[in-house]
Amino acid sequence: MKHHIEGSQAVAHAVALCRPEVMACYPISPQTHIVETLSRKVKAGEIGNSQFLNVESEFGALSVLIGASAMGARTYTATTSQGLLFMAEAVYNAGGLGLPIVMTIANRALGAPINIWNDHSDSMSMRDAGWIQLFAQDNQEAVDLHIQAFRLAEELSCPVMVCMDGYILTHAYEVVDLPTQEQVDAYVPAFEPVQVLDPQDPVSIGAMVGPEAFAEVRYLAHDKHLRAVEAIPRLSRAFEDIFQRRSGGLLKAYHTNEAETVLLALGSVNGTIKDAVDDLRKEGWPVGSLALCAFRPFPSHALRQAVQDAKRIIVFEKDLAVGKGGIVSSDVKMALRGLPTIVDTVIAGLGGRPIPKASVIDTVKQACLEGLEEPHFLDLNWDAINRELTRQQAQRRSGPTAENILREIGAPGASPI
Amino acid sequence: MVTAAELLALAAFRDGKEAQAFPSFGSERTGAPVTAFCRINAQPIRSREPVYHPDVLLIQDSTLLHQVDVFGGLAESAFVLINSARDIDALHLTDFVTCHPGVQMHTLPASDLALKHLGRPFANIGMVAGYAALTGEVSKASVNQSITEKFPGRIGELNGAVAAEVYDFVAANLARV
Repeated sequence: MKHHIEGSQAVAHAVALCRPEVMACYPISPQTHIVETLSRKVKAGEIGNSQFLNVESEFGALSVLIGASAMGARTYTATTSQGLLFMAEAVYNAGGLGLPIVMTIANRALGAPINIWNDHSDSMSMRDAGWIQLFAQDNQEAVDLHIQAFRLAEELSCPVMVCMDGYILTHAYEVVDLPTQEQVDAYVPAFEPVQVLDPQDPVSIGAMVGPEAFAEVRYLAHDKHLRAVEAIPRLSRAFEDIFQRRSGGLLKAYHTNEAETVLLALGSVNGTIKDAVDDLRKEGWPVGSLALCAFRPFPSHALRQAVQDAKRIIVFEKDLAVGKGGIVSSDVKMALRGLPTIVDTVIAGLGGRPIPKASVIDTVKQACLEGLEEPHFLDLNWDAINRELTRQQAQRRSGPTAENILREIGAPGASPI
Repeated sequence: MVTAAELLALAAFRDGKEAQAFPSFGSERTGAPVTAFCRINAQPIRSREPVYHPDVLLIQDSTLLHQVDVFGGLAESAFVLINSARDIDALHLTDFVTCHPGVQMHTLPASDLALKHLGRPFANIGMVAGYAALTGEVSKASVNQSITEKFPGRIGELNGAVAAEVYDFVAANLARV
């Protein structure tokens, strides 16, 4: 049934329908309305015999879930930004152990400078931890991906992060078709763990592995992701059979047939990009767009097939590999190796800066007419940067960069230089 | 303000339209200047950019009028509703209206009416009800339904009373657009 509902509330509803047995969360900002709502649902007895644990930290939250998952419980948590960093050691452990935990990442920037707004820096920092990473374009997809994530995680015995843009999706009210318990029960089977701590049949989980076998264990984690490349579209089709809508999959193409230029992005900015594609096509520009839903595993083969006729790919990404440029675009270049396709990197939307349709359109035209420097930074205030660089060269004690830039742009409350 | 955008979007959804509401994400404390956005369309809404050129502008705090560029990017034929017991002339906006003949501007004492019924000056309900009454772009029935849905029980009844008085105020004092 269709509801007009906040993204976080919709996701909480979907997670509850998946009947997680143990949820552990650290109740401090940065947190989301998702776990607030889930804690209330557990208290009200709406999620069977589910247990909700308020823990002492994000590290504690995921550590509890590692134990619970190893005991055969269906497990869930959510975090964002610095919270994910504080969880980092356990994130790698859950990935390496292959425990099928589902975690929402309400994508936000990482400090310093302190910033609470949206970008993809947080989940990108954990991209190689062995977790599957799925990105939602809108709140309907965020709901649907959580339901798919539990089945995917448990089928493969691999943890899954469902990434949804912080604020832009988590705090947005829009129309979402919320599934029924019957639909979710028909889609998500009972959890049959491939490894479980059972006193009747004792095993240990988490062996010390030396040089003689470490690479083999790591290869098998990689192999699991290769199998996920097959499983993700299959589970998306199975989802469509029950829920009557297409959600998830490896990637989604929009007007890529005969497009010479394809815009590629993760997450909610694909909405704005599709509007930009429509406007550009009306003006006669042969463009299309591609939304990557799966970022880990990286769908290299599907991507290569989807854009094989394109001359240029412009990757819009909400992250920055400092000292290099693009993270997503590097993976795209790797997937397209051997093809003559030009791959541009556009660093955009950092720390919550809006990505306006007009800027997307201008950038596409500039790329096609003149080419872009690599990487290109969308809507960067070069005047402020150059003034600060000049000052830094002129005096040794030039002071803290963040404070100086705030003064340069005349931010409210900043004292004059 | 954020509540107003949610209510407006919910009412439009009840009217059978597509609607999106989202706050501009500043420091999360009551009283800080805040902007919230709402898009209403017959077609599905995909854009995630802020609203740069509003067709409708609801200003809940008239003290911001001469501090922040609240009219920046305003569409030529925009509808503007300001929460104030004073009229446009008293708010020193007559010149603005003269220079922007396509803009329709009204004031409404939404905080005063909320204070009367709720004991607190929350302008959200009054502003959305005023917009509905003045333009008919969202129906009063859907606004009322959204208030009940958003605020169950006693708070909903009191907010419903605010909306009802706003409808009466508009009928008595302001010409429907």
